[in-house]
Amino acid sequence: MNEIFAHPPGLAAYLILAAMLFCIGLYGVFSRKNTLAILISIELMANAVNINFVAFSRFSGDLTGQAFALFSIALTVAEVIIGIAIVILMYRAHKSIDADATTEMSG
Amino acid sequence: MMLWLGFSLISLVILNGALNVVKSDDLVHTVFWLALTLLGTAALFVHLDAEFLAAVQVLLYTGGVVTLMLFGVMLTRRVSEVRIVHGTANKVRAIASALAVFGAIVLAVVRDKQTAHAVATDLADTEALGIMVFQDMVLPFELLSLLLLAAMVGAIALARKVDPS
Repeated sequence: MNEIFAHPPGLAAYLILAAMLFCIGLYGVFSRKNTLAILISIELMANAVNINFVAFSRFSGDLTGQAFALFSIALTVAEVIIGIAIVILMYRAHKSIDADATTEMSG
Repeated sequence: MMLWLGFSLISLVILNGALNVVKSDDLVHTVFWLALTLLGTAALFVHLDAEFLAAVQVLLYTGGVVTLMLFGVMLTRRVSEVRIVHGTANKVRAIASALAVFGAIVLAVVRDKQTAHAVATDLADTEALGIMVFQDMVLPFELLSLLLLAAMVGAIALARKVDPS
């Protein structure tokens, strides 16, 4: 154990932290019924991916990872804009934003 | 040792925030826990020598996305229903799936030799990042601005009230 803590945290530590964050987000997507809560959980997962990008960038000495994280953040913002517009539409149509409320397409 | 201390503290903030995001019953609380998680991530970016990204994270995520989310919450709930109804039926399956994915990722990380041997390298500063984005990656950058414009137009077109006449 002491041997691990003698060195600064390695790439694996950051990757495992990001994996935890990703899986917490995944659990949120699976267990929530509220569409906005699902959208928030997706944010958590996107955030975990950004951590991976930046960690890889740090440990390879190449800035490409950071540039990709920058693009990824902007993409997520676009996704949130459209997602919230859809949620508001859904509220207008069903007076509820539960994922179970939309049953028009189910056979 | 100091790096481990910083990393552990930041991880604690991030994971605590994330767990509360998926656990909290109040949607407004959920959004604020998300804000804490995103701020923790910004701190992790500073820890990883990515100061510019940390600033972008605070401005775009905690400033933009969280505000948008709060607007979404306020526009879509009636005062009477403050609590979120949980889907308790599939909770066990949700935990099992998340743990399975986590196990797969950890196995891949631990078994990879390149990961074990990677060493932290000093990165160039923000100026180099700017040169990279605006010279080597100028086409993706322009495409991204087009995408953001399309998203904005799309959101307005979707959410605008249709005139019945």
